[in-house]
Amino acid sequence: MALGVLVLARGTETQAPPSPPVSALTVLAKDGRRAIPITSLNGQELVGLDDLAAAFQLVVHEESGAITVTSRGRTIVLTPDQALASVSGRLVSLPAPPVRTGRRWLVPIEFISRALAPIADVRLDLRKPSHLLIVGDLRVPRITAAYEALGNAARLTIDATPRTTSTVVQDTDHLTIKFDADALDAATPLLPQPVSSSLVQAVRVVDPATISVDLGPRFAAFRASAQPADQTTRLVIDLVSVQTSTDAPGTAPPAAPAAPPEAPPAFGPAAAAIHTIAVDAGHGGDDDGVRGAGGTKEKDLTLAVARRLKAAIESRLGIRVLLTRDEDRSVAVDERTSLANNNKADLFISLHANASLRKGVTGATIFSAVFPRDAEEQARASVAPERLPTFGGGLRDIELVPWDLAQFRHLDQSSAFAGILEEQLHNRVPLSPRARDAAPLRVLESANMPAVLIEMGFLSNPDQEKQLAGAEFQAALVQALYDSVLKFRDRLPAGSAR
Amino acid sequence: MIANRAAAIGGVAATAAVLAWVLFVGLPRWYGTPAAGTIAASPAPAAAPAPAGRKIKARLFYVAPDGTRLVGVERDVPFGDSTARQATEIITAQIAPVAEPLVSAVPPGTTLRALFVTGKGDAYVDLSREVAAAHPGGSLNELLTVYTIVDALTANLPAVSAVQVLVNGQEVDTLAGHVDLRRPLANNPAWVQ
Repeated sequence: MALGVLVLARGTETQAPPSPPVSALTVLAKDGRRAIPITSLNGQELVGLDDLAAAFQLVVHEESGAITVTSRGRTIVLTPDQALASVSGRLVSLPAPPVRTGRRWLVPIEFISRALAPIADVRLDLRKPSHLLIVGDLRVPRITAAYEALGNAARLTIDATPRTTSTVVQDTDHLTIKFDADALDAATPLLPQPVSSSLVQAVRVVDPATISVDLGPRFAAFRASAQPADQTTRLVIDLVSVQTSTDAPGTAPPAAPAAPPEAPPAFGPAAAAIHTIAVDAGHGGDDDGVRGAGGTKEKDLTLAVARRLKAAIESRLGIRVLLTRDEDRSVAVDERTSLANNNKADLFISLHANASLRKGVTGATIFSAVFPRDAEEQARASVAPERLPTFGGGLRDIELVPWDLAQFRHLDQSSAFAGILEEQLHNRVPLSPRARDAAPLRVLESANMPAVLIEMGFLSNPDQEKQLAGAEFQAALVQALYDSVLKFRDRLPAGSAR
Repeated sequence: MIANRAAAIGGVAATAAVLAWVLFVGLPRWYGTPAAGTIAASPAPAAAPAPAGRKIKARLFYVAPDGTRLVGVERDVPFGDSTARQATEIITAQIAPVAEPLVSAVPPGTTLRALFVTGKGDAYVDLSREVAAAHPGGSLNELLTVYTIVDALTANLPAVSAVQVLVNGQEVDTLAGHVDLRRPLANNPAWVQ
């Protein structure tokens, strides 16, 4: 251990102090984008291991002079003074050793492509020049653009690599060039020299896969053509001004290839049918819930996982997450569902830990609600709309749903979400022999949205108690829940979660 | 004249009495089944003496060896000469302490305070506070506790179709935060192996 400390000290002493972050690595994934700060040191670009851990659900552990990074059972080992990493037992070189700054460890940006990518279960494409990291099979073509003024005309040339189709349409005062891609790897600004003329005023990326050409007052018409070459598609847009419009070839050119029906952009709120999720940390305050033999309390465990889940979903999906409690306090059952119902949450996830009188029982269970037959009949009768007079005259159909039967009309969606959860939890955390079940659970019955209760494991089993309290298990569970939300969202048409 | 008037008043009074009996006693007896939750019908007398030594075979429920379900065990239970009295005997036997290898899902110290069965077939089982206060928690434990009581009655007594558990004489939301006890629950064989 003393040797380890010496090595660490030497490793940091030989380095100049890192400068504050000067730029950011943009992480693009199917579910959104986030930025990871980049720090520059001796000409080397470094990123924080803690930032990578938060983005990719890694577990970072420092012991005996080594830094261990774990992702779903696969491990990277770093040594502070060596520009090497052991990746699942194979050595790879790094351009520089890890650097400690305060309590953080910084690693060269190449760590992502050389060490993290081989053990990740999704494709990681690091584009260092553009500070872009693409997660998964996203289509993100590199875009380069050039603008050339030709008297009263101009030509805009845009190259997309690999080949990418695009459509060009004219709106009132701008051309919109939409690429068949998830995002664009484009320099900012797009053109090396700013354009400001009476024909074209600016060319800029306006959303993940769209470029806008802002037209000047003298713009008259344009012609667009696409020419594939090798791995690149070259889009040439000729623009003509008012004075020369009668002379220019193709004064009334077809605007563009007929635009196919556009899929909604991969990023941004338009595609999201889930806007708000209520995460319920079970028990709290005087109600400890289950207490494990090792002292773990269910109320603390549920709160820790709820906070992790909120951080993961909000930072990476941009979906609002409401916690029914964010501290150790008692919360009535109806208060939990009130929060979800009153905020029009699209999904309700209640977190719990289980117990059995047989100590050997382990594994997670996903519950959805079920109602007694009498209650089902009452619920069926109640969901029929009633025609009521409205203020100012007229009639309106109103659905009056009894509070404690609100879940009834969401049972199918709840069951579908439970099925997705089971798939995602499988092979990531231990599952109970009956991983899915339905029961008359009080907290689910009043939820007016798809709702599940997850028993994460058994605190009555000593081994599982230790597992549940560990960061690795919680990270795996949160990742599975996160992936489940994504898959559930993908199954819903926009705006139809509720 | 006076005699006629007295006879008329007497006739009206008699008719009113008959009508009152029909309205408040007769009709409810003929048509009425007590509403669920009124728990007014068929209370089991606290000391309902069973004929000495007479037994029935009843299926009682304990935590299965795999811990995730209940398992039925046939036991001798004192005979009760009505549905409510038989239900009382069954629940008394069900919540009694048991020796290994049996494990009861009902917390130790729990006693039966009262039991009622309505004409509709809903049984109300009023257990002492220990059933909630001594409960170890967890959805699974709680489900097994509740369905131990529910299935003990619905599996053995055809006249009982659903069971609501009360605690210390009160309706409760749950025992330990999970299972909804605000309504009578029907037999659920899914919780039995």
